[in-house]
Amino acid sequence: MHELSIALSLLEAAEDEAERRGNPRVLAVHLRLGPLSGVVKEALLSAFEMARAESSLPEARLEIEDVPLVVFCPECQRNRAAVSIQMLCCAECGAPTPDVVQGRELDIIALEIQ
Amino acid sequence: MKTQTRLVEVRQKVLKANDVVARALREQFQSAGVFVVSLVSSPGAGKTYFLEELLKRLRTKFRVAALVGDLATDNDAKRLARAEVPVRQIVTGAVCHLEAEMVRAALGDWNLSELDFLFIENVGNLVCPSSYDLGEDLRMVLLSVTEGEDKPLKYPTIFNTADVAVLTKMDLATAVEFDLPETRRNIDAVRPGMKVFPIAAKTGAGLEAIVHFLEAKRV
Repeated sequence: MHELSIALSLLEAAEDEAERRGNPRVLAVHLRLGPLSGVVKEALLSAFEMARAESSLPEARLEIEDVPLVVFCPECQRNRAAVSIQMLCCAECGAPTPDVVQGRELDIIALEIQ
Repeated sequence: MKTQTRLVEVRQKVLKANDVVARALREQFQSAGVFVVSLVSSPGAGKTYFLEELLKRLRTKFRVAALVGDLATDNDAKRLARAEVPVRQIVTGAVCHLEAEMVRAALGDWNLSELDFLFIENVGNLVCPSSYDLGEDLRMVLLSVTEGEDKPLKYPTIFNTADVAVLTKMDLATAVEFDLPETRRNIDAVRPGMKVFPIAAKTGAGLEAIVHFLEAKRV
């Protein structure tokens, strides 16, 4: 369980960003989360809930956008959806590929401020 | 007072602070000419024994050192010291994984340019270490034959972030009816093309292949 460490890093990054913008009220932090980020969404949400009380963003909600897994398919020669993280292959033609194009994201994409 | 809610775009990696340190470490390792290998596995997969035996073999030709992370105790550092190479323990306390800053701090006054290989043994954990870049050149994931063939499917992320897989305790394979082809299939499903090294630290089987592999990687 490292979601608490992740939640603390997330809040820290959001605090820095808020500070750069003159410390507005932060109502939400928007996050993009990939299936290969190593982070469990539900665990992160509850860790965030705990951690935000101690932060300078006690009102901030965490909004998570799930990012689909995309690989580069060597057969189709283009980016394709992958079957799953247990089966890294092209969802169209079934060719296996280790080339993950999208799915490792653990990125803050926006702040909702007032 | 009238206030307006608005959405401002940010675009920042949550683990940016770790990534910044990891990048600096990678540059430092590169300019010192030291090849850095990290080891991840579940607790009890045999990381320390494997590393001890590997260090003994590498030591005859190369200058090697190791950092070893654990929640508590310096038992692993004591064990690794038997390989007669410089070893430092990182005690993480409550933290279930190593972070780049812990590695940076542990390196302290070590002169990296006097090393050919540096090994970093992570805390035994197949989940959390996957998110943290330590600046390593190569990440090895270890899986012991007693853990079950489907472990790669249960922990795909750690296998996906690793570069090679080492199957440990192969000397017990028959006793536990370990299915090597099935394990290879499962590894290949989560990380197509991943190199797999079956080894037994106790007998030394398979260790020379890893020594050769690392030698070739370093050049």
